[in-house]
Amino acid sequence: MNTLKKYLGIVWIILAMAISYYFIGIFGSKLTSGKQDDLVFGIIIFFILLPLIVTGLTIFGWYALTDEYED
Amino acid sequence: MSEKTTKGIWKVITASSLGTMIEWYDFYIFGSLAVVLSTKFFPTDNPTAAFLSTLATFAAGFVVRPFGALFFGRLGDLIGRKYTFMVTLLIMGGATFLIGCIPSYQTIGYLAPLLVLLLRLLQGLALGGEYGGAATYVAEHAPKNQKGYWTSWIQITATAGLFLSLLVILLTKGLLSKEAFEEWGWRVPFWISIFMVIISYVIRKNMDESPAFAKAKTEGKTSLNPLKESFNNRLNLKFILLALFGATMGQGVVWYTGQFYAMSFMKTVQNIDSSQVDTLLVIALLLGTPFFVLFGWLSDKIGRKAIMMTGLLLAVFLYRPIYREMYLLTDAKTMKESGNSLVSEGCKVIDSPVASILTESDKADPSIKNSKVFIVTKTDSLFSSGAIFHYTKTDTLFLDKALAFDLNKNAKKEVWLKYDAKNSNGDVIHNSVKLKNSLKAGDTPAGVDTIHCGSLRQFADAKTIHKSHEFGKSKIGNVILTKNITSNVKWYLVFLVFIQVLFVTMVYGPIAAFLVEMFPVKIRYTSMSLPYHVGNGIFGGLLPAISTYFVTTAKNVGNPEFYLEGLWYPIGIAAVCFIIGMIYIDRKINTLHD
Repeated sequence: MNTLKKYLGIVWIILAMAISYYFIGIFGSKLTSGKQDDLVFGIIIFFILLPLIVTGLTIFGWYALTDEYED
Repeated sequence: MSEKTTKGIWKVITASSLGTMIEWYDFYIFGSLAVVLSTKFFPTDNPTAAFLSTLATFAAGFVVRPFGALFFGRLGDLIGRKYTFMVTLLIMGGATFLIGCIPSYQTIGYLAPLLVLLLRLLQGLALGGEYGGAATYVAEHAPKNQKGYWTSWIQITATAGLFLSLLVILLTKGLLSKEAFEEWGWRVPFWISIFMVIISYVIRKNMDESPAFAKAKTEGKTSLNPLKESFNNRLNLKFILLALFGATMGQGVVWYTGQFYAMSFMKTVQNIDSSQVDTLLVIALLLGTPFFVLFGWLSDKIGRKAIMMTGLLLAVFLYRPIYREMYLLTDAKTMKESGNSLVSEGCKVIDSPVASILTESDKADPSIKNSKVFIVTKTDSLFSSGAIFHYTKTDTLFLDKALAFDLNKNAKKEVWLKYDAKNSNGDVIHNSVKLKNSLKAGDTPAGVDTIHCGSLRQFADAKTIHKSHEFGKSKIGNVILTKNITSNVKWYLVFLVFIQVLFVTMVYGPIAAFLVEMFPVKIRYTSMSLPYHVGNGIFGGLLPAISTYFVTTAKNVGNPEFYLEGLWYPIGIAAVCFIIGMIYIDRKINTLHD
């Protein structure tokens, strides 16, 4: 289990990057649509949700890789 | 546990739960009354006011909550749980009461939406500080092997707050006339809050500080800098991340899907009448609520992880079948294709410009007046002026007061729906509504499609149609009408929502105990509040907006299952959370700090 925990760390880091790529592709238009509702929604996605997921999952993945979650 | 101890802990539960429930109530009435509030404070024709409205919804609901968790969490770990969650209660109650007192936009202009936004921000901050305090306070009073059971009473409060808000609104609407409610009655649910807050404050004031915190304070073991110790400490930060990605993130999306997305789906995708949705949601919540305690209790016996992960897994696999079933329940086309014999009941294919649905014998049938279902199928060239009106449509109409309706076109090539209906005195009234601005040869007017998802009950109420335009529910040329569902459909929907509430109770019931047990006393309030409010407030709170975006995009590209696309967000988050939780959460994780 400890080996699985460790190497899954790579998956979480890759997932963080994939999510950021996907979010930019999907929600990028929200920032440039010119509508105020879209702008607020876009700002929240790009400046709050996305950084949370990306930095959080990356740190989590790094901790897993460095055996912080070892039994 | 001795009788004295049990009595003592019930006192703790009452003091904590009542206040937390009131805070959730305060938080939800804003959302539940959003439509009325928008007309009073955020007129859509004014871009600045509309912008403030969006900020009030997003910023206060989701973004500010984690800041409240940090601010009040720190206070709670420095000066104590009791005083901190008394402060959050007063802030929340005061802000809610004041929202009910603000003059409308028409009276004081921009100051009105600005004040609402400020008060809403205060509500978000207070909510961010409240939950962690209440959960910690109860858990620190509870015996070690019963924390799941006792904290589950706190877990009920979020759903109970939503339930109470819907109930108070339904009661206020029921007691007042429609005009009175829209004029001033919407303020009543806000005002009521202050009485509940005062009672709760008095109860909380007479309580003692949590024994674990009091002991730590006496021994000088409290933290001097809870924020630094929580987030700048690798050992603690890894548990905060684990709590977020292995538990609260999934809990947040399951919670919002089972309650708010279900409500929004029924109202906007299925187009079911709003009051009917509120009623069936209240029933489902009421039936589901005891399961918070059941799963909290069970988590003391078999472990928190097993129950929370089962809830997540069920949600991942069952959301799509459940929502497909919900959608098909009110989809007339499927009803016809499934062999339902409703087609023959009231349909009359005609070839004149007047599309009369009912025969004379139908009109004489008294049973028609009570939501009888009709399927209308018609392919015809309606207009003699040369425009060809291809009209093939099959759907359900729920008949109440209307006697007949006509589709007609005037010299300006406008398509109108004309209808006769009975008013409350039984008099027949004639009315009409425009469907599409212009029509040319070969057109299939898109606006007409929406009629067939409609209810004739709505046609009978000219004000409803007018309001639907006013609130932006319909676009120009489109009349979006709502369905009135039959009793059988209603109870089946209650069941389907109840199943989702069960998932909520599985992931949410044990989570307070799970979070409390993860962190040491001296930084518990701070450390557990943040992952909870990030998971619940941000991952969960953004669900309606993100899911609606997916649904709209899928609909625009013609995906036949567009209505299920919004579920990919909660399913994806819950699936990742399940994998992380299963692999990384140790059943004995709570022994690390204590």
